[in-house]
Amino acid sequence: MRSITLKVNGATHTVDVEPATPLLYVLRNDLGLRGPRFGCGLGQCGACTVIINGEAVRSCVRSTSSAEGVEITTLEGLGRHGALHPLQQAWIDEQVPQCGFCQNGQILTAKVLLDKNPRPTDADIRQAMARTLCRCMTYYRVQAAIKRAAAGGVV
Amino acid sequence: MTLRREFLKQSGVLVAGLGAWRGTPDLAEAWLAQPAPDALGPGPYPDKDYLQLDSWIVVRADNTVTFYVGKTDLGQGTGTAFRQMMADELDVAYAKTSVVMGSTDVTVDQGGSGGSDGIQVDGWPMRRVAAEARRVLLDLAATRLGLPVAALVVTDGVVSARDEQSRRVTYGELIGARRFNVTLSGRNVDATTGQAAVKPVAALKHVGQSPPRYDIPPKVDGSQEWAVDVRLPGMVHARNVKPPVAGAQLLSVDESSVRSLPGFVKVVTKGNYVAVVFEREEQAVRAARQLVCQWTKPATAPFPASDDLFDFMRAATPVSSTPPADAGDPTSAFASAATVVEARYDVPFQGHTAFGPAHALADPTGNQLTIYSNDMKSYGLRNGVAEFLKMPRDRVRVVWMQGPQAYGRTAADDAGFEAAFLATELGRPVRVQWMRDEETAWDTKGPAYAVDMRGALDAAGALTAVEYTARAADHNHLGYNEHDTVLIAQLIGQRKATPGRGRASMPSDMYAIPHRRTTTHVVSLPLVWETPLRTGNLRDPDGPQVTFASESFIDEMAIAAKADPAEFRLALLTRGTGDDSGFKRARSIAVMKAAMAAYGWQARTAGPRSSADVVTGRGIAYAFRSQTVVAQIAEVEVHRRTGHVWVKRMVCAHDCGLVINPEGLRRTLECGMLHSLSRALHEEVRFDREKVTSVDWVSHPTLTHADTPERIDIVIVNGDPTPARPDLPHYGAGETVCKPTLAAVGNAIFDATGVRLRRVPFRDARVLAALKSATGTFQH
Repeated sequence: MRSITLKVNGATHTVDVEPATPLLYVLRNDLGLRGPRFGCGLGQCGACTVIINGEAVRSCVRSTSSAEGVEITTLEGLGRHGALHPLQQAWIDEQVPQCGFCQNGQILTAKVLLDKNPRPTDADIRQAMARTLCRCMTYYRVQAAIKRAAAGGVV
Repeated sequence: MTLRREFLKQSGVLVAGLGAWRGTPDLAEAWLAQPAPDALGPGPYPDKDYLQLDSWIVVRADNTVTFYVGKTDLGQGTGTAFRQMMADELDVAYAKTSVVMGSTDVTVDQGGSGGSDGIQVDGWPMRRVAAEARRVLLDLAATRLGLPVAALVVTDGVVSARDEQSRRVTYGELIGARRFNVTLSGRNVDATTGQAAVKPVAALKHVGQSPPRYDIPPKVDGSQEWAVDVRLPGMVHARNVKPPVAGAQLLSVDESSVRSLPGFVKVVTKGNYVAVVFEREEQAVRAARQLVCQWTKPATAPFPASDDLFDFMRAATPVSSTPPADAGDPTSAFASAATVVEARYDVPFQGHTAFGPAHALADPTGNQLTIYSNDMKSYGLRNGVAEFLKMPRDRVRVVWMQGPQAYGRTAADDAGFEAAFLATELGRPVRVQWMRDEETAWDTKGPAYAVDMRGALDAAGALTAVEYTARAADHNHLGYNEHDTVLIAQLIGQRKATPGRGRASMPSDMYAIPHRRTTTHVVSLPLVWETPLRTGNLRDPDGPQVTFASESFIDEMAIAAKADPAEFRLALLTRGTGDDSGFKRARSIAVMKAAMAAYGWQARTAGPRSSADVVTGRGIAYAFRSQTVVAQIAEVEVHRRTGHVWVKRMVCAHDCGLVINPEGLRRTLECGMLHSLSRALHEEVRFDREKVTSVDWVSHPTLTHADTPERIDIVIVNGDPTPARPDLPHYGAGETVCKPTLAAVGNAIFDATGVRLRRVPFRDARVLAALKSATGTFQH
């Protein structure tokens, strides 16, 4: 166990955990966040996605110690000043989710895509999102929401 | 840390009393507003009396209304639909309503979800009790205003004199903070009714509109509290340690292999059930991997390898069969046929593989048991756990919460029992979370099917006879939340003695085929209990398998008859003269035509054969379930060098009668269809002769963004091809849509390539092998 300081959604937290603890468990169990969720623990599905240094990171396979000091953004931190991020609004406008359990990964992966590529083609979207899974199969609406957000100039 | 804690502090209500409105204090307020909040506190938790109007509806002084219903919403927006239906009957604004669902001590027992019947069946008592509440409120208003009911009108919860709008009173002023104290009638919850009649369809204002789902904003902003999010004081984390091979017996557990790990609480073993319990989640995960157990393998193989499954199933002696059911004289029809076609179709075991593995939290404090779960049948989980633990039923409750849904008898049942068992063993709250490999290997499976089809054409190319013979590997099909069949009951040796009989199903179509023979068999794998190949309901439990065979075969008969597959089906539908309840034959014709029109179907008798690397084709299939009918068209691109199939476009025409929320229905249909597309292209439970080997998203692939069609058209046929007919009621959706997809895709692949694929999934290697073996042997 050691003391590790994390910067999450603009706030600083210090936790006492084994350094190798997957970041996901610390975000959920120590910091009480609900956005990142356990789906596979293998980095295969995207349920646990957070944004670190502009990249979509799978927090279930990322050690807590490796995230020390960097800025971590979770779904809860996407909006600013209590307002929804335009991507979140696009998700509501398109009525994307079914059960919604995967949508954390869908939204944050899309955020990183649009940050890097504000006008993605359909092929860009398919490629960037291909490893972010949904078992309710909301893919068609996820892609529509990304296009809606891109058309609205999210970035 | 949470909204809930803050709320608790303010309200001073016991922790144990509060799960049902977790994170939604406005709903808590709604309940507390009632004079006798008898469900609060540490129990007991008697069933809500469905014969009391107060169990269903609370009207507050501010004229807002909360509906309490015994259903769960798996993400199809049924909660929104229930609000629409009840708001309509009560005559209140949709925006002034909310709904509480599925928590056993707070809502009446409507069984949770299942059978796509939430709207079709359970919507009726909801409508009737809301209509009754309106009647009672109008009576109260008549007294208050000194006018007869006939002189009153209601708009958005405000009752006024028809001729003098200023004489008015709100529902909230009439009943707010008081009980209705109205007794309903009905021999069961489905039959619950008051004196009032429901409105005719023409009078419904909210039904048929598409208010956005109220549950979506918290799911996209991170504020939703899911069942996985519940944290209780003193809670510990458990992980199961499953037998390494099916049917293994536990010899010994070396507790010392994990006792010195940080956070150790306990190793629990009973029979072949093993779990580790630790203070922190990551500690439990590590310990479950590290625990040293000795197991003995079973003397005989529990099942054949998945590659040998269908040979095994066809050779096995069935454990049960239905005698051949004949319509007409199929024997003579085949004897006199001009052409006889035979084909075999195979569908492997396919799993729920919930996106978030099974989980539950059980809290045993205060001589009661509260289970926080996403189990779609929360009432069944409550009943089953009480039976399993020999607890009085009114000391157990299940707080239903949102979760990673799957559709049917999932491992959520199993996790709920495991959490309850461990919590009572430890005397403190225990959270159980299955791991990915555990979920993918050990969740309940949709049964594998091996189907033999035979069809006869007469000299004119008309289909005269079809013979359907199905074998389902479905012996010991598990029910929901049974205390003697859940996995932990099997593993600890408290299972029932006699396995469930299982079933094999038959096709659903309205084709006028004069001679039919239908035979079904259930076959058993060698190991029946403590096996990962346990079957249970998976979304439209047998429909995708059965319809893959029947609707692929109709296509084969059309090809043999040198007919266009869609025209061939329409001819089979239109040559019948009978009809049935709900005009199903007429609506079958209507959805077929609607799908063809939306797609722009051009009749042809052979696909556009091409030698290009990428070839395209389209296929159609149709089915019904109960009174809901569906036709789908898939357009595919097949890459002949790789075998890769992309379903580029899909059309779905769907008739489920009266539609409550068209936009919600569209998304449910899109996603249900794509779920079956995933089963068509990717999903298969793989196993060797002792264990399941498909255990994660690499070894058990699923549909991805890359597979998504570029265009999906949903056509809601809405039940009324002949306008003179009375309105149809609201039928079910959610499962019918899963039936035809596998066949539609297979038929499209044939149209594109001339090669018939009779086994799913259509993975690249299987398609490529079929294309190679068929090279130079196109049938046209």
